[in-house]
Amino acid sequence: MYVLGLDVGSASSKVVILDGDKNIVSSSVFQVGTGSSGPSRALDEALGKINLTLDDMKKIVATGYGRYAFEKADKQISEISCHAKGIFHLVPTARTIIDIGGQDAKAIRLDNNGMVSQFFMNDKCAAGTGRFLEVMSRVLEIDITQMAEYDSRATEVVNVSSTCTVFAESEVISHLSNNVPKENIIAGIHASVASKACGLAYRTGLEDDIVMGGGVAQNAGVVRAISRELRRPVIVAPNPQITGALGAALFAYDEANKH
Amino acid sequence: MTETEGMNAKQKLGYYTQKFYDDAMAAHDKGEFVCWSSSIAPSEFFRAMGIHIVYPENHAAAVGAKHGALEILELAERKGYTMDNCSYSRINLAYMDLLVEEKVTGKTPEALAKLDELKIPRIPLPDIIIMCNNICEVLLKWYENLAVTLKVPYIIIDVPYVHQWPIPQHSIDYVEAQFKRAIKQIEDLCGRPFDYENFIKVQEQTQRSIAAWDKAMGMASVVPSPLNGFDIFNFMALIVCARSDYASEDTFTTLAQELQEKADAGIDAFKGGEKTRIAWEGIAVWPYLSHTYKALKALGTNMVGSTYPSAWSIHYEPGDLKAMAAGYIGCYYNTSLERRVDVLGGVMENTKCTGILYHNNRSCKNMAVMNVEMAEMIRERTKTPFASFDGDQTDPRNFSEAQFDTRVEALSEVMEQNMANAENQNA
Repeated sequence: MYVLGLDVGSASSKVVILDGDKNIVSSSVFQVGTGSSGPSRALDEALGKINLTLDDMKKIVATGYGRYAFEKADKQISEISCHAKGIFHLVPTARTIIDIGGQDAKAIRLDNNGMVSQFFMNDKCAAGTGRFLEVMSRVLEIDITQMAEYDSRATEVVNVSSTCTVFAESEVISHLSNNVPKENIIAGIHASVASKACGLAYRTGLEDDIVMGGGVAQNAGVVRAISRELRRPVIVAPNPQITGALGAALFAYDEANKH
Repeated sequence: MTETEGMNAKQKLGYYTQKFYDDAMAAHDKGEFVCWSSSIAPSEFFRAMGIHIVYPENHAAAVGAKHGALEILELAERKGYTMDNCSYSRINLAYMDLLVEEKVTGKTPEALAKLDELKIPRIPLPDIIIMCNNICEVLLKWYENLAVTLKVPYIIIDVPYVHQWPIPQHSIDYVEAQFKRAIKQIEDLCGRPFDYENFIKVQEQTQRSIAAWDKAMGMASVVPSPLNGFDIFNFMALIVCARSDYASEDTFTTLAQELQEKADAGIDAFKGGEKTRIAWEGIAVWPYLSHTYKALKALGTNMVGSTYPSAWSIHYEPGDLKAMAAGYIGCYYNTSLERRVDVLGGVMENTKCTGILYHNNRSCKNMAVMNVEMAEMIRERTKTPFASFDGDQTDPRNFSEAQFDTRVEALSEVMEQNMANAENQNA
């Protein structure tokens, strides 16, 4: 038996396929999200790796902003529940989750059984999300995957406003024109993202372990900045970008085994 | 036989709402006085003297609900009112300018014609204005702007904030004194003595209207509820605009009867599909009323709890001016965090809600400012989860459908998970 979880985010599409023992037998990530070819390419790749088709999937659960755009899903579940389920499966000691995706930041409080007891999400503004980092990487002419490395060489964390992506972009341009090293600017950008995410995280009560998921958790600079801000260790979930898809797949597994 | 005999509550709501606007316009055309009033100001004084009242906030909500807000908001912004100002105020101030332009030029401005095409009811320009700051402080300057621009008398009922419940006597005395001054201002406008005999009758009518409103809204506590929560938002139009008139009593009495009959017959608003019940804290998102309703209904989530209906439940003994003053002072939005938590917690318990949705209203800072702290305190008291979303009562640019959907779905999933856990523990 196979089940599939599909996470169609705003910036990327992720697929996880589980077997009957909840093992991840295939996964894929495409860096384009809802409304693009991303979901179908991610599905094709994940299925192609193990020579299966959608018909082989006993249940399919979709999550993420584009969850209703995939008609073959048996069920849609919010990314809050899916990230919580995926991360708790990977890190059973998780009690606080910080998830920063393409255009959302969330903090989730889990109980001892991994159930969501409360969640907090960013307001309508996209500052402090993956999109914010994308904008900044373009301004700095640095690939987003290199930002953590630059951050590690920073000698100082410069101040970057966390209130508005547009204003923050102007600030970054101003720092660049004043010849502030890119490393220090990037450390400031990461601190800005951390400040927004931690504003949500503090509201959970911050019970350990604190675990990060979502695409932005791949950026060690942001993780360091969050840990510094919270003054607590932060665990990064294994393969953090697929934790939502994994949660969706685990819900699909539960559906498939419903009596 | 009355003019509404045989009508159901919804028909009565439509009939009286239309009549309300038509009567105000007809009164204006005949040279009778029309008052513009903030939404929870004492209507009793004006109705006692036969003065028609219209409500800019209610009218702005109608502009929003009928998708006419964007263009008129942009008109206001062109005049320098920023998006940080309340969208009701921006709509009304721009609307006033359009009415004045029409009056001066004799030509209907294009923007006003567009609102007419959307069948948004017209309101006539006022002869007097009353503002009570028991719901908001922005009103003070907004209505002053109206009064100064239109050169009409401006009655201010300045209500002290209630830091600690019960309401202090000095606050009651202060507001009662202002009521007496308001009566004098109305006498000056009308050029005749205040009709105290009719005033008592209007107070009695107001209390009958409110009793019928309370009874109808009380039906939300039935599980599953015969009242679809968004009906609260729809029927509110009359308790706002006509609570001192028989129209409210008539409509809400019928509504209460209909809901009681449905409850007795075991018919609920979601036709058996009510899975979860939530409270909604804050004003509706009028331009997205349909979307927010449908998103919740698709989840089987009925919005049965709200502090909104009780804001107009101003109880007092007719003839007792001090009690009436206390009623207007004690408005939910004019009270402390602890009092609001007490009222909202009571609403959640009475209506058996297992979750709550907070509207972080970009327009109404007074309503949204305490949401974060309230959410924690209500959660502590009721042990129920909450979600909050960004929105605006009438500015459609401040709301995102997808963000709303994700938040309410996640809230619904947590509520269902909690119910399943409770059932497992009881099994």
